[in-house]
This record gives sequence, structure tokens and C-alpha cells, in this order.
Amino acid sequence: MADGAASRSDVILDVSGLKTVFRTRGGEVHAVNDVSFDLRPGELLGVVGESGSGKSVTMMSLLGLLPQPPAEIRAGTVMFGGQDLLKTPDRDLRHIRGARIGFVFQDPMTSLNPVFTVGYQLREPLRKHMGLRNKAAQDRACELLELVGIPDARRRLSDYPHQFSGGMRQRVMIAIALACDPQILIADEPTTALDVTIQAQILDLMAELRERLKMAVIWITHDLGVIAGIADRVLVMYGGQIVEQAPVHELFTEPKHPYTQALLTTIPHIRGARADKLTVIEGQPPILSAAPAACSFAARCPVAFARCQQENPPRFAVAPDHDAACFLLTEEPAHA
Amino acid sequence: MPDGSTLPLVSVQNLKMHFPIHGGLLRRQVGEVKAVDGVSFDIAEGETLGLVGESGCGKSTCGRAILRLYDPTEGEIRIDGTDIAGLNHKDLRAKRPVMQMVFQDPQASLNPRMTVEAIIAEPLDEHTTMTTAEKREKVRELMDAVGLNRAFAGRYPHAFSGGQRQRIGIARALALNPKFIVCDEPIAALDVSIQAQVVNLLEDLQRQFGLTYLFISHDLSMVRHIATRVAVMYLGKIVEIAPREALYEAPKHPYTQALLSAVPEPDPAFRTARTILQGDVPSPANPPQGCNFCTRCPQVMDICHKTEPSMRELAPGQFAACHLYNETSDHAEAPEAQQEQLEVQ
Repeated sequence: MADGAASRSDVILDVSGLKTVFRTRGGEVHAVNDVSFDLRPGELLGVVGESGSGKSVTMMSLLGLLPQPPAEIRAGTVMFGGQDLLKTPDRDLRHIRGARIGFVFQDPMTSLNPVFTVGYQLREPLRKHMGLRNKAAQDRACELLELVGIPDARRRLSDYPHQFSGGMRQRVMIAIALACDPQILIADEPTTALDVTIQAQILDLMAELRERLKMAVIWITHDLGVIAGIADRVLVMYGGQIVEQAPVHELFTEPKHPYTQALLTTIPHIRGARADKLTVIEGQPPILSAAPAACSFAARCPVAFARCQQENPPRFAVAPDHDAACFLLTEEPAHA
Repeated sequence: MPDGSTLPLVSVQNLKMHFPIHGGLLRRQVGEVKAVDGVSFDIAEGETLGLVGESGCGKSTCGRAILRLYDPTEGEIRIDGTDIAGLNHKDLRAKRPVMQMVFQDPQASLNPRMTVEAIIAEPLDEHTTMTTAEKREKVRELMDAVGLNRAFAGRYPHAFSGGQRQRIGIARALALNPKFIVCDEPIAALDVSIQAQVVNLLEDLQRQFGLTYLFISHDLSMVRHIATRVAVMYLGKIVEIAPREALYEAPKHPYTQALLSAVPEPDPAFRTARTILQGDVPSPANPPQGCNFCTRCPQVMDICHKTEPSMRELAPGQFAACHLYNETSDHAEAPEAQQEQLEVQ
């Protein structure tokens, strides 16, 4: 129901029914509950949600990056290039991760190895996945650093990560992720650790790279401002579920889920009218100790009614590529 | 002070906070980090001054130095009539109840082995002669004021969520009925939906108790919401200070302009061209000659590399340190030139 208009051939990544559970000493944590979405060539899919909403765990589950145990992927399929990534052996998955799907993490300091030069870390995927050696690898590494806008690239290849500033390190991370021309780039809060003026530089770079490389991007963030600026389509996550999917303009002009609506009114703006008092979403995000039996937002929802406490709403389509998991929308598909 | 109505509650003059860098075999001082380098501002009673800037610009150091959590290198800090910059330990301690702080990370600033009651009562133990019963009652009152359930007084910080922990930190800061509170990035560690709860609480408490805030943040949108006046810091110096409306509607300093234009607006219809600053912030151990911003300024002139600009009042209450407004002695013409340059961008 979520896929709507897009035809199958138009999809390069198709996730359906993904469920990830962590087993901890305090019991189970149902971090991802029945998440389904797809990714189309060349698009930038934004994923927004607060901490603990399951956005990072979803992406790490589908790439097999979670240590199992404590994590356990209970259900779901992740179709990429004709195969199910959840059933792919680790050795093949490793090749897919490095070469065909690139990953950029939040903190560039902890994801770069401090004891190797940036050049070495750039050449590593080139050597492993593309078989490039010596001069060829060096040239390609240099080309990549130039691509992400690092001045004096050839000389900087022999520098160590600590010799780069935060923004420059994130550029290096992007260069490594792009090393083997991936079809998909997954970026997990890549600008959260950066200052706004540096964030603006990285967002600008990203827009330029997408134009040039025509790759699909999944961009995870908690910042609705960033999403508004770069995304084509947006998934809103809450309590381990996708509560709304919409094209970016529709999400901001006609949000359908009460959580999305509340989120949009609770953030202050830097331009335009200034509210005297901020709208507050009362209460706390849910604790995911069991698979949801009711709507996960019901306890904080200003318009919740009896049914919301009894059943977990599925995603109801409201327009092409636009759906939301809320019983208030049931009127339309009621005849089904 | 008898003339309190005319004097600002907080007055900072030429505050400098330099940290030594030690190096070499003998660990001799080889330089210094000029974290705060000549900062001056006033905060009137009941006002909220927002202090914004990027990481490393010295805003937190400034907030800490004002409360004498550091010993400032130079400068004068008058809080409620007393210059506390040179106060000795004993007199400073007597002055502490007037000025309090709310820290960024509620996880790190609350002792995990103390109950909420003990945490909130600690300032009372230290600075008052209240009986146990009085303290108990005061703690309960404070918990009500910040919206914490009284029944949880015996619990430990780990049992609370981030937003609730920040409320505990606020209750502790309020315990001694302070006049002035430095809020150092109080919402940076919180989720979007919780940030609004804490900011609304801070505003309610300000109204209720007549508090004065220095609100340190890198979140320009939230500062626009909470502050009455805003100071923008860059590399240890204030580059612009102005009433909220003036700063956000008509920023004067090129850095303020770039900073505001870099904030992503949560509205996809607003995908306009931004002023993107090139390069990174220089090291505060080795700031550039002339204007600190000259290495990144899109409107840099020759003079900026040579002389440091001084603060000038460009509009009522709006001060900026920039040579763009200095060329001619009357500043009627300069803002127009500025406007043209903006349109070109």
C-alpha cells in the first residue's frame, strides 16, 4: 500500500516488513516495527525522527551492520539488485556495502581511523572492491578528494585525520563512501556534529554531487530544516515505525499525521512571524519494550480516540506517494 | 543597590579569558588561547540576552567566566552591583546564591548517586540554615515549579528522561532564589519535541520569579524565540549585539548575515541561494591580524587585514564591529551600500 504509484522496475531498494529487536538484560526493545519503504534511482529520500525513533537502526539492519546478538532481525525483506540483502552471506554483503552502497556516519572523527593517512583509507575500498593498485589508486583517491572540494588534494592524501577540521573530515568520509561509484549513498546525520556555516557547505556539496553522479541518497536527520532544503520525498519515523511518507512539499504544506503536524508547529522559525509561546508536544516518546498493540503516538496525540488505544493503525494512502498511519484517515479507504 | 532600577543587573566590561598553552621539554608557556578576548555587554533586569556563535567561538567560556567558574584574565564583571572579577573566595561564595547556572548535559551535571531530593537540596545545605523539614518543603515546591512529580523526589537521575533531568537541573539552579541564571546550551542535548517543553518552562519561570537570563546557544531559531537581545560571537569577540528584531530582520555584520542565511529553514518553498562562507574558523591561539573575520568575510576590504574594527552603534541599540560602516563618519550612507551588496548576492 505504501508503494503506490512507483512501478517495480523503478525501484532500486525495496524494504518491506522489516522488524528489528534488541535483546537486553532489561528485556526486549522493539526498535524497528514493520518498516516498509522503497528508494528510486536518483532521488533523495529524507528520513526524519527523534532519537530512538528507529531511523539509524533501520538503515543498519538492512546493511547487516548490527551485531547479532544482541540485535535480531525478526522479519522482512530488503531487495537490492535482485537479491534479498537479509539472506545474503556476510562475505557478499561486505562487497555490496563497500562498492554499491556507500555509508556516511554522523561523527567523522570516530569513523575515520586515526593511525592511517586519509590517502590510505581512501585507497582501501579502491583496492578491495575495484582492484586498483599503486598509481591508479592514488590518482583515483586524489580525484575523489578534489570531487568533494578539498583544496590541494594530492598533498593532503598523506595527512592524518586529525590534521583536518570537522567539515573537511566529513568531506573525506563522503569521498570514501563515493570511492566505488555506489548506486546508493546512505548518510546518517552527516551534518549534525557540524556548525551551521559548515553544514551549509556540506549541503551545498551534496546537492552538487547528486547532480553530477546521479545516485540515490537516503539522508537521515532529526532536523526538519535540513530535510526541507534537500529531500525529494520524506519518511517520518516515530516509535520504530514509519508514521508518514510524503513528497517534501506536501509534507510541509499538508502533513496528515498528528505527530508530523505537531512537530512542524513545535519548531521555532528564523524568519517570518514569531510565536509568543511554542506549541508543546506533551509527554515522552514511547518505550519500545513490546511490539506496538496500539498507535505509538496515541498517548501524546491531541486528537486520539478509543480505537487508537486498541489497534496499531496501518499506513493509509492519501495521495500518490503520500500515506500516514492514522485512523483519522480511514474514511477514504473504508470501502475496501 | 539603591539605584538598581537604572543600573543593569549584569555588566561585563572588556572581559578576557586567555588559557596558556604549555609546550617544549620544560612545559614552558609557549602561547595562549584567546578564548574570550575583550567582551563587553550589559543585561538589564528581567531581560534575556542570547549569546550565539559556532563551536569554539568562546560563548560557553564567556558564560563560565562571568560566573567566576574560571578566573578571568582581565576585565570587570558587575553582577547586582558588585564587581565579582576580583572578589576573594569567601566574598565570592557569599555572592553565589544570586547567580546560578543550568548546564548543557543533564546527564553529566547531576550526580548519579544522589537522589533528586538531595540534588535539589544541596545548594540549600550549603548556603542556608534551613531545618530539614523546611528544606523538604522547599524541594517539593521547586519540583512543582519545574513540573516534576513530587512523588519522584526519592528517585535517582537515571530514572528520568533527558527533558526531566534538565528540569532537575533547573530546579537546583532556582533553589536559592537567584536573580541571574546562565543557561549554557540547555536544550542542545534534547529532542525537538522536548526542547519546546524546556524553553516554555524557562520562560514561565522568568515571568514568575523575575529572572534574568544569559541564554547561550548555537540554535539561532530558538534564540530568536527566547531572547530579547542577541549578541553574536566570533573567535572570542562579539561582532554584533542588537535587539532581537533588528538582529534577525536587518543584521549588519557580514558574519551575522552569513550565519543567519546558513540556518536551514523548515520550509521547502524557501530553497533560496545562501551565503556560503568558505573555509573554517581560524584557531583562537593564532587569530588573524586585523578583523578576526577577515579570512572568511565575503565583503573583505584591505583595511580589514590591518586594523581591528571597533564597535559602533549603527541603529538604536544595534552595535556591530565592521569596517564596512566606518569609511565615512556619518553612517547614513554605509547601510545602503550594504543593501546593494546583499541584493547582488
